[in-house]
Amino acid sequence: MSWVLLIATFLPLVAGAILAIAPLERSACRVAALLVTATTFVLVTILCFAFDPAQGAVPQFTVDMPWLPGVSSVRLALGLDGISLWLMPLTALLCIVAVLSSWVSIEEGARGFYSLILVLETGLLGVFAALDVVLFYIFFEFTLIPLFFIIGIWGGEERRRAAIKFFIYTLAGSVLTLIGLVYTVVAYYQQHGTWTFSIPELVTNTRIPVEHQMLVFLALFAGFAIKVPVFPFHTWLPLAHVEAPTAGSVLLAGVLLKLGTYGFVRFSLPLTPVAAQHAFPWIATLAVAGVVYGALCAMAQRDIKRLVAYSSISHMGFCVLGLFALNEQGIAGGILQMVNHGLATGAMFAIVGMLYDRYHTRMIEDYGGTASVLPKLIVLAMIIIFAGIGLPGLNGFVSEILILLGAFKTHKLSAALAATGIVLGAYYMLTLAQRVFFGERRTPEAEDLRWYEAAALVPVAAVCLWIGLYPNTFLKPMLPAIQQTLRTMHSEVSAEVSQTRSRAGRVLTVGDSVRSIGSVFEGDGSQVARTSTW
Amino acid sequence: MLDSLVNLVWLVPLASFLAAALTWACGRWLGRMVWIPCLAASAFGALWSLLVLIRVASSAPAAVLVDVFSWLQVGELDVTVRLLVDPLSSLMLFMVTFVGSLIVLFSVWYMAEERGYARFFAEVALFLGAMSSLVLVANVLLLYVFWELVGLCSYLLIGFYFTRPSAAAAAKKAFVVNRVGDFGFAIGLLLLWTLTGTLHYDQLLGGDSPAINSLTPPWITLIGLLLFCGAVGKSAQFPLHVWLPDAMEGPTPVSALIHAATMVTAGVYMVARFFPLYQASALATGTVLAIGAFTAFLAAAIAVTQTDLKRILAYSTISQLAYMFMGLGTGQIVGAVAAIFHVFTHAFFKALLFLGSGSVMHATHGELNIWKMGGLRRFLPVTHWTFLCGALALAGIPLFSGFWSKDAILAAVWEAEHGGLLVRVALILGLVTAFLTAFYTARAYFLVFWGEPRDEEVAEQVRHYAEDGHPGEGQQHGPAEPLTMQVPLIALAAGAVLLGLILALGTGGLVPFLGHSFGYAEAGEHGHHPLLLVVLSSLLALAGFAAAYPMYATASELPARLAALFRPLYVASSQKFWIDEIWLYIAVRPMLAVAAACRVLDTLVVDGLVNLVASIPAVLARVFLRPMHSGALQFYAIGMLLGLAVIVILVVLRAS
Repeated sequence: MSWVLLIATFLPLVAGAILAIAPLERSACRVAALLVTATTFVLVTILCFAFDPAQGAVPQFTVDMPWLPGVSSVRLALGLDGISLWLMPLTALLCIVAVLSSWVSIEEGARGFYSLILVLETGLLGVFAALDVVLFYIFFEFTLIPLFFIIGIWGGEERRRAAIKFFIYTLAGSVLTLIGLVYTVVAYYQQHGTWTFSIPELVTNTRIPVEHQMLVFLALFAGFAIKVPVFPFHTWLPLAHVEAPTAGSVLLAGVLLKLGTYGFVRFSLPLTPVAAQHAFPWIATLAVAGVVYGALCAMAQRDIKRLVAYSSISHMGFCVLGLFALNEQGIAGGILQMVNHGLATGAMFAIVGMLYDRYHTRMIEDYGGTASVLPKLIVLAMIIIFAGIGLPGLNGFVSEILILLGAFKTHKLSAALAATGIVLGAYYMLTLAQRVFFGERRTPEAEDLRWYEAAALVPVAAVCLWIGLYPNTFLKPMLPAIQQTLRTMHSEVSAEVSQTRSRAGRVLTVGDSVRSIGSVFEGDGSQVARTSTW
Repeated sequence: MLDSLVNLVWLVPLASFLAAALTWACGRWLGRMVWIPCLAASAFGALWSLLVLIRVASSAPAAVLVDVFSWLQVGELDVTVRLLVDPLSSLMLFMVTFVGSLIVLFSVWYMAEERGYARFFAEVALFLGAMSSLVLVANVLLLYVFWELVGLCSYLLIGFYFTRPSAAAAAKKAFVVNRVGDFGFAIGLLLLWTLTGTLHYDQLLGGDSPAINSLTPPWITLIGLLLFCGAVGKSAQFPLHVWLPDAMEGPTPVSALIHAATMVTAGVYMVARFFPLYQASALATGTVLAIGAFTAFLAAAIAVTQTDLKRILAYSTISQLAYMFMGLGTGQIVGAVAAIFHVFTHAFFKALLFLGSGSVMHATHGELNIWKMGGLRRFLPVTHWTFLCGALALAGIPLFSGFWSKDAILAAVWEAEHGGLLVRVALILGLVTAFLTAFYTARAYFLVFWGEPRDEEVAEQVRHYAEDGHPGEGQQHGPAEPLTMQVPLIALAAGAVLLGLILALGTGGLVPFLGHSFGYAEAGEHGHHPLLLVVLSSLLALAGFAAAYPMYATASELPARLAALFRPLYVASSQKFWIDEIWLYIAVRPMLAVAAACRVLDTLVVDGLVNLVASIPAVLARVFLRPMHSGALQFYAIGMLLGLAVIVILVVLRAS
């Protein structure tokens, strides 16, 4: 099975490289791209079925080989655990959506476009599959390049400005992340006397001194927070989305933003648990501000794409809140929210693209009564909208309620404030539906759902329904990995506590860990006050 | 055999869900027969739940818990789909499926001309599945799940005629207003879970030490009030009642099923379900009573001057639901039982009135203004007689079913008189509302069915319709009142006439049955009906009905003169006390203004700061490194790598 993972990860890159030089027509290019993304999706799905949920904490299908000549400690190490598992099929599925949503809209330079999409797919899959920190960072930065060109070449009128802003802003952040990662590797070397770049080894066995944790945390945070994007580092996002071609928006919102939240779970939480706890009031404030502010901004937009872009900021705020709640429900909800937001928002951008293909406008006021012209497309759009606003039975509800439960346990007020986002979300999304889909018809006749549009949206809607109806399928493999992360965090926190309170000599047992970490912030969120009561 | 009836009760919602899926998937293939799955599922549900109800009623007081499957399991959060069959849920289940199947039968005829016939039955079947699940599930989170799902069906069916802008707006309004209430519900749920660690009814309310007993009084009050927010939204109580009158944009059978008989009673059901929790907090029950009494009066006062038949019925629904909350707000078991009794009788007579007005609408070709109707009893005899039964029941005329249940509520309030000023005011408002209810019901009835047609065009439509069963021009469409619409009307009319009598007297009242609902304490003294109160409320109802006769049964100057005499009151009532406008100006407009401000803030300030920071290197470069400033991208990239290298070297050196 390890080979399947290796092939799935690199197949798009190889195919993309071949496509870039092969003398193919536009229609052949898009068929080739569809075949490659579909094959990748099948391979990834096989991995999901082969994954052993009970062993979700341990990386499975691991590949481990040297690849830099002369540097044996830097490895080509791949593998999936419960945290990264579902992000793989999400990426593979959304790449299919990206190819299909460009089916007619990309006319010029199709060869270059599709090869960039394929190259980007490898970058995204690689980030989630990487078990080596060097490999991770290479993939992490590498994703910027194809997307930069996709926005900069096939984008709208302000594509150059958008592409440069997106590139510089995210690069600036991730340079700081690199410093944080380098520090970690060096710290490990000092503690254990060997060099390792293995992510599982680093996150479990690096003890970052408490006095350095906040700095390392902030360094990691800088890059991840801009990617998410956490309020107020979000302003590159609406611009990039509005200017990007549909496929770019689908992958940007659907997958690229998740690199940030994935980084939080993968690195920030286990490496700097004490700082993560100390930072909770700040992070929660930013997350809740993002939820409310993103929703309010979305409400005031007239451009559908901008509206969906701001709604992303709101939904990703939920995700961050859940992750930093530091308990099982919050983290599980946060990880599931990554998948759910990717599905719903990715599909939503695809739908905006489908409307744009027909009517060449993204302004809400130009639309009206499209449901009578495009009944099938609008049914799918309504399913996606309801998935986005957290309707039970669809995926968004499960992750949002888990996040709220988890966050409420940690800090009641922030969860309660975040819950207002659910009301605001319903308001602006249903207003959008009311103005664009319903009411008197204001748009000319157009062909309803075409085959490639159905092929893009129906699978996404089906997965949304599956997650909503039976979330246990998706949560089961996650939980061991989350418990593992919380255990790692707790062993460090309790080590710190036992140091600072050595005269009392009380160390919590690991069995209490899951609950106690959550209870750290109960009440007013002041960690210091609670620590003294342990 | 009998126990497997109860253990397999999940078949009832499942059948409806399957019917919804089947209708949606095979709608085109089924053609005009697309109603079959929905009707079959609801009839099956009605039969099954009747058997379950009989089983529950005949056995020793017991609640049966049925685990179906584990839905969501994360750490100590355990959401198992567990069903609770007890007197309360089995009665609600029977009501939903029985009234539901009659309304579905009526819709087969009523909706036959509509585009989207299949969509209608798919959505109604989905609603019936969600509503039966709502009353059965034994977990607060799952209650919330189905609570939202019935809201979805309400949204979809209000917006059934989605090309009408008013319908699209009403659908959104209903969903969003409900979400405002559900915000409170959600916080209450979170609080309940965080404080007790469980969301299962059996652990919260049942057993030797129910988890709610471990809560301190302030928390109990807070949770009760938060959950009640959800009920206020769903059951359209002041100040969140504004969505229900607009919801009348939906097809009339939907108004009957969702916005009168079943979904809107979910709030009452919820408070009854958590009644032990409410009983533990005088503040929570007092709030329920106050909101109930005020809403009952307010909605009745609005209904008196409305001219749209369906909106009159909508306000009367708000008012009647408020009566139910008054019963719950007494904090007495007898009050809660009376509330559920009223839920049950109201479902029959209000569904009947809505279906009757649907028949009227068909005859008048969609006209709803009662001042344009008149004399319809000659053309629609079955509709007329059944509507009269419903009107008498709603008005609370003695012996009709509404009389018994409303009287039981007022009696419970009367008995709770020692509660002080609030209870006394509530009782007075309840009695005034009884008079107003009878008055506006009679007003609508007389204007529609008595006298002479007031509008030539409508009269022409009706005549045409009575002759060939089809409004206006068009081909023959059978009789005006075919059997498929008569059967539901007559069955519901029988309920409206007899149900109260049977349930109030036949088996010694409902208290011995419903009083043993899950988690309820011993009821103690069964409710008396104080004679003075019975006489008083009967007289008020009769007076209200009688007062409308001279004003509306014949052409009269009296209504206009009265309106002129009490002009400010009349305007306030006909403008619905401007509550919609108040919401617009204190909530919607400010929110949109803040949103617009955020939009500007985002581009000017937040992004402006980013651009400012980003321009610093460029400015520096221009000043100091002008030759190097050739192209932005390369410069930044190189600069960053160089800077990075320096930092890394420093960090490594310092660390070692």
